[in-house]
Amino acid sequence: MIWNEKIECADRNELRAIQAERLRETVQRIYHTVACYRKKMQEAGLVPADIRSLEDLNKLPFTVKQDLRDNYPFGMFTVPMSEIVRIHASSGTTGKPTVVGYTRKDLNNWAEMVSRALCMGGVHRNDIVQVAYGYGLFTGGLGLHYGCENLGASVIPISGGNTQKQLQLMQDFGTTVLACTPSYSLYLAEAMKEAGIKKEELKLRVGIFGAEPWTENMRREIEEKLGIKAIDIYGLSEIMGPGVSCECENQCGMHVNEDHFLPEIIDPETLQPVAPGELGELVFTTITKEGIPLIRYRTRDLTRLIYDKCECGRTLVRMEKCKGRSDDMLIIRGVNVFPSQVESVLLGMSETEPHYLLIVEREGNLDTLNVMVEVQEQFFSDEIKKLETLRKRITANLESTLGISVNVKLVEPKTIERSAGKAKRVIDNRKL
Amino acid sequence: MIIKQLSVFLENKTGRLNEVASLLGDASINMSAFSVADTTEFGILRMIVSDPCKAGEILKEAGFTIRLTDVICLHSPNVPGALSKALNILAAESVFIEYLYAFSMDKDSANIVLKPEDIQKCIQVLKDHQIELLRASDLYEF
Repeated sequence: MIWNEKIECADRNELRAIQAERLRETVQRIYHTVACYRKKMQEAGLVPADIRSLEDLNKLPFTVKQDLRDNYPFGMFTVPMSEIVRIHASSGTTGKPTVVGYTRKDLNNWAEMVSRALCMGGVHRNDIVQVAYGYGLFTGGLGLHYGCENLGASVIPISGGNTQKQLQLMQDFGTTVLACTPSYSLYLAEAMKEAGIKKEELKLRVGIFGAEPWTENMRREIEEKLGIKAIDIYGLSEIMGPGVSCECENQCGMHVNEDHFLPEIIDPETLQPVAPGELGELVFTTITKEGIPLIRYRTRDLTRLIYDKCECGRTLVRMEKCKGRSDDMLIIRGVNVFPSQVESVLLGMSETEPHYLLIVEREGNLDTLNVMVEVQEQFFSDEIKKLETLRKRITANLESTLGISVNVKLVEPKTIERSAGKAKRVIDNRKL
Repeated sequence: MIIKQLSVFLENKTGRLNEVASLLGDASINMSAFSVADTTEFGILRMIVSDPCKAGEILKEAGFTIRLTDVICLHSPNVPGALSKALNILAAESVFIEYLYAFSMDKDSANIVLKPEDIQKCIQVLKDHQIELLRASDLYEF
C-alpha cells in the first residue's frame, strides 16, 4: 500500500514545482527570522529574491552542526517558543547537545512521513508494532510512535532495553512489527535462542530498523534469524528524525520524502555537487519545517542518489544505504558519539590527560565502547582502590556526557600512539 | 624506620613484568621482595629494591609509571603466631592496613612489608610494643 500516492508517485515536474515554491517560501522566512542565516546570506551577497528556482539552491551557504551549537539552544528556531510543542536533542560534538524544536504542524508532517515509511515497509493498520527505540530526547522512539498511531497500527511503546520483557510481550501480544536498531534486533534474536523461543512461535513479519549503519550481510542475518523482512529507515534529528527516507519492500534504496526535504550530494572536500549517481556527502534542505528549518545542512553521511524509477511505483528519489561518514562521528547503539566529547571530558578532569583511544567492538550483537585512558604520573597510586575509584569516576563522567555505557581501561603512559598529524583516536572493529 | 617501596603500574600485557625485572637486573639492582596486585584491567607491582631511587629513574625513563611509597617492614621470628601477635596490637590500636606482603632473607626470621593508613601512628604503636622494625639500611645497598 502507498500511504500518499499523490505525492509519493507524483510526476517529477509537478513535484519540482511544489519543491521550488516551498524553497522560496522557506528562504524568505529564514532570512527574516534567523540572524545566523541572514548573516550567512548577506556574506554570500544573496537576498531571498535571488532564490527563484531549484537551480538556485546551490547558491545558498551550507549549515553545519557547529551552527546549531553556536546558537544553542534555541537560536535557530524561526517561531516563538509558544509555537514549539516538542523539543528533541542529540549529542553534539562537545558536551552540549544539538537541539531541535517542532511546531504542531512539524509533528503532523513527521507522523505523516513515518506513516509513509511504515507503508513502504509493508506495515498496515492491523499490525502490532513494538517500538523498542529509546523514548525520550532521542527522536527514534517518539518518532516511530506517532507515525504508527497515525497509520492506525497498535503501538507497544516499550522503549529500548529490558530484553526479557521485549520477548515476553512479543510472545503474549503477538507483535508483528519490530522497530529498533538493527544491532538490537540481533541481540533479541540471540536472547530468543537462549530462551528457547523459535521464530516460528512468534508472529513477527517486518522489522523497521535504523539509527545506525548496517550492511546487507547484517540484513540477511536478521531476516534469517527472526524470519522477517528487514527494512532500513533513515533520519537524523536535525532534519526531523526517523522517516526522512525509508526503503520500500523492494529493499533497493530509501525513498526520500522530497516534498519536505531537498537532497543533494556534494563532494565533502570541494563542496561542489557531484555528478548524478556519484558517491558523496548527503546535504538536506528542509522546505516545510517551521520550528527549525535547515538550509543545505551537511549530514556528513556518505551515500548516492538513485533517480531511476522504482518497481514499487513511487517516484521519490532513493538514497543508498549510508557508506560511512565524512567526519569522525561514531554511531554506537543508535547514539551519536564524537571523539571530541571524550576529549572534553578528560580535559575537564584534573587527573587526566586528553590522550585516549576509542575501541568499538561488536560483542555478540551489541556494540561496546572501550575507552583507553593513560595513567599519568600525577594520579598514579599504588593502591588499587584509588585507581578503581578514578576509573569509576572517568566512567561515570563519560557515560553522562555520551549517554551510553563505556568500559574504561587505564593504560600505561605513552602507550597510546602519538602522531604529528591527525592522531588516531578511534579503532572501529565492527564489520560494517 | 620508613622504607621506600617502588610501585609500578602494569598493564595486563605479556612480558611487561619481565621487562621491569630485566631493566633492574641490567642495572644490578636487587629485588628483595615484591608482590603483584592485579585487577582485571591492570596490575600494580610493589617492590623492595636495593636502590629505589635509581630503580625508579630507570623505569621512568623506560616509560613506566612509578611511585615511591612509604612503607614499614616488621621483622619477626619465623614461628607460629608471630604475625598474629603484631596484627593484634595494630587492631587493638585501630591502625588500618592498606596491604601487606611478606618475604624472608634467612630461615629464622620473616619480614612483613606493611602499608598502614597512618604510617607515623603505626610506627609509634609498634615501637611502644617492642616490635622490631627494619631500617632502610637493612634493605638498601649503598
